[in-house]
Amino acid sequence: MIRLERVTKYFGEHKVLDAVSFAVERGETFVIVGFSGAGKSVTLKHIIRLLTPDLGKVYVGDALISAARGADLARLRDRFGVLFQGAALLQWLNVFDNVALPLREKTTLSDAEIEKRVAEKLSQVNLEGVYDAMPAELSGGMRKRVGLARALVMNPEIILYDEPTSGLDPVTSRAIDQLIDRMKVELNVTSVVVTHDLFSALAIGTRIAMIYDGRILEISRPGDFIRSQNEIVKQFLEAQYITQRGVWERANHATQ
Amino acid sequence: MITQEPEFLPPALNLRGRLGRVVLLNCRNAGRALLILWEALLSLRFIFSKRSRGTVLHQLYVTGIKSLGVISVVAMFTGMILALQTGLELRKFGQEVNIGAAVMISMLREMGPFMTALILAASVGSAMAAELGTMTVSEEIAALEVMSIPPVRFLVMPRLAAMMVMTPILTFYACMLGVVGGAVVGLTQLGVSMPAYIDNATRWAANKDLYTGLFKAFVFGIMVTTISCYQGFATSEGAVGVGRATRRSVIISYLAILVVGYIITRLFYE
Repeated sequence: MIRLERVTKYFGEHKVLDAVSFAVERGETFVIVGFSGAGKSVTLKHIIRLLTPDLGKVYVGDALISAARGADLARLRDRFGVLFQGAALLQWLNVFDNVALPLREKTTLSDAEIEKRVAEKLSQVNLEGVYDAMPAELSGGMRKRVGLARALVMNPEIILYDEPTSGLDPVTSRAIDQLIDRMKVELNVTSVVVTHDLFSALAIGTRIAMIYDGRILEISRPGDFIRSQNEIVKQFLEAQYITQRGVWERANHATQ
Repeated sequence: MITQEPEFLPPALNLRGRLGRVVLLNCRNAGRALLILWEALLSLRFIFSKRSRGTVLHQLYVTGIKSLGVISVVAMFTGMILALQTGLELRKFGQEVNIGAAVMISMLREMGPFMTALILAASVGSAMAAELGTMTVSEEIAALEVMSIPPVRFLVMPRLAAMMVMTPILTFYACMLGVVGGAVVGLTQLGVSMPAYIDNATRWAANKDLYTGLFKAFVFGIMVTTISCYQGFATSEGAVGVGRATRRSVIISYLAILVVGYIITRLFYE
């Protein structure tokens, strides 16, 4: 579904992605984890062509999105829904208008049909009765859910999530995880999630890729990921109190 | 694509390199701004479409109605100052009756469009740069691009349309208010009666003065929008970047208004 082939990107002298290659299969939830500044969001931006690789190629299906332009690029992007880190809601539009925006701008649906579709998507993300609220009046979790409803409103095949749980409390984070999982089950979408939240990655990922210093260190299933022998992966797991047996009890760890 | 990749340039080796870079980067930025203008002009065909109508009306309101107060005050006092300064000098020759023509012609040819454009650059233009700049750093512009909603059609076109319509209208309004201000000063301080003032003003001012001034205003409106929107889209580095974009939009707009104002005057009055 999505294929990156030796994608390399420089920001000035600094190599932020170094020959990154992986393939995401249809219907899977592929999670990219890593330390801050490792290149996770940069990788995601290459998939949707907000960045262009200096070397290497990015395919969506058989189409080379890394070289697409104009109408071809727009057609490829129509296959995606993107949940940005801060949700990227337009501040002067209320919740309903934000979710309805792609429908109004890109379809010829009637007002009644748009209303029905928006209501359906907001209900899918467990948000009802906040149609008139402005983005500034919403909590972080609600904003993310509105962003997700907007990402879903055109019924995309692929959804990209950029740090969906960052800045949220653990309970809201798990609710967002459940939503992402539900989207996969109910809508059979392919998802790529960028996060540094390992709990989230282990809960929702069908495969997890660890990116470190612009390179892919490991790609494995969640069960194998926590058993990784790679020192950096182990360090990343331990930093979040996750061991091969599960989650450490912090108190026990402190007394040992 | 409006969303630009981050730019990391190595430090220039010497003064010549630095100067060369400044020239090249400014040429490139001007080119990008002109491309935005071109796309916005092409998008004007959607101005009456159902999806754009509301936004265009809102921008007309923001540009026109919201600027009315400050333009009224500035225009009135500009006319009054013009009348007082020229009237006091003309009085030495017993020619104070000619302040009507002096105020009318100055307002129509130069002061009206110039002053209106400066006010719009400082109020509406800076707001455009700040608004689009904030949208850029909070990834709202990127979100529009990935939804295949062209940011130029969606955001720049309504602003451009509003400025193209409102700058000449506000300029005409400012000119008329300036003339009224001049008349008040003429009547109260220079002893020029209202009929004499109006007769003098309308006798000497030509139609050319009016349409040159309105043409200037039209061009200034387009320039301020293009510069401000480009600066907004080119914003990087968060809140600091938004501040920088806003400041640059005002400074570049002011300079462009001065230079282009002079060029248009040369073209029409050589």
